[in-house]
Amino acid sequence: MTSTPLSSILLVLLGSFIGSIGMVFLKKASKDMHKGFLHIVNVNSAIGVTLFVISSVVYITALRNGQLSVLYPMVSLSYVWAMFWARLVFKEPLTKQKFAGLGLVLVGVFFLGLGS
Amino acid sequence: MNAIVVNPLPPVSSPQAQRRAVWLVVFCTFVVAVAQILMKSGADYAKAHPGLIGIVTNPVLVVGYGLYAVVTVLIVVAFKDGELSVLYPILSLSYLWVTVLSFFIFHDTLNAYKLIGVTVIMCGVAVLGRGTKQ
Repeated sequence: MTSTPLSSILLVLLGSFIGSIGMVFLKKASKDMHKGFLHIVNVNSAIGVTLFVISSVVYITALRNGQLSVLYPMVSLSYVWAMFWARLVFKEPLTKQKFAGLGLVLVGVFFLGLGS
Repeated sequence: MNAIVVNPLPPVSSPQAQRRAVWLVVFCTFVVAVAQILMKSGADYAKAHPGLIGIVTNPVLVVGYGLYAVVTVLIVVAFKDGELSVLYPILSLSYLWVTVLSFFIFHDTLNAYKLIGVTVIMCGVAVLGRGTKQ
């Protein structure tokens, strides 16, 4: 198996980032659920699902070249983006524990990059 | 491609139900790993047909996404009985299975950096999961 090109790694970064924005819209959509299950079908959920589809296409494109064992664990970067949006959009508290978890994920992804 | 995010529910289930939830999530990590193997296989096959069309007309990718749909339902079921802070970190086991399966199926290289990377990521997800405990 050939080594993993930087272009594929960047595509996974992009895909996970787009997916995390999708997650923000789904989270917004889920707030309308208390009005009844059908209220989950709204503009926010449509945007969220569309962004998930786009992120999937980007991810599959990334997988065309390079090793799955490098690229798939890098999807864990979506945790980092999610925490960023949680803080920025939903004003969720950023605790020391979350910070430590994020740091570990980033260090792990860095090691994967070294091993690619 | 992203991990599935489910709103936490307070655990009120019996210990047996909680144990069952743990094993259900472990099973899900295997299914996710198989789905990822299919996605990699399908991506190689779809080189000639880029974009969304290349995905929806690709049986291997369709089965891969189908498995993700099944896993999503199973995880929602599991999260009803189990504690989020326990189940969420278990989900990251899929990184380990993918690393091992890619070595055997795609002959990916297996080196110390990769194993350290996956282990540290799993620790990171575990710490994030503990952080959800109220």
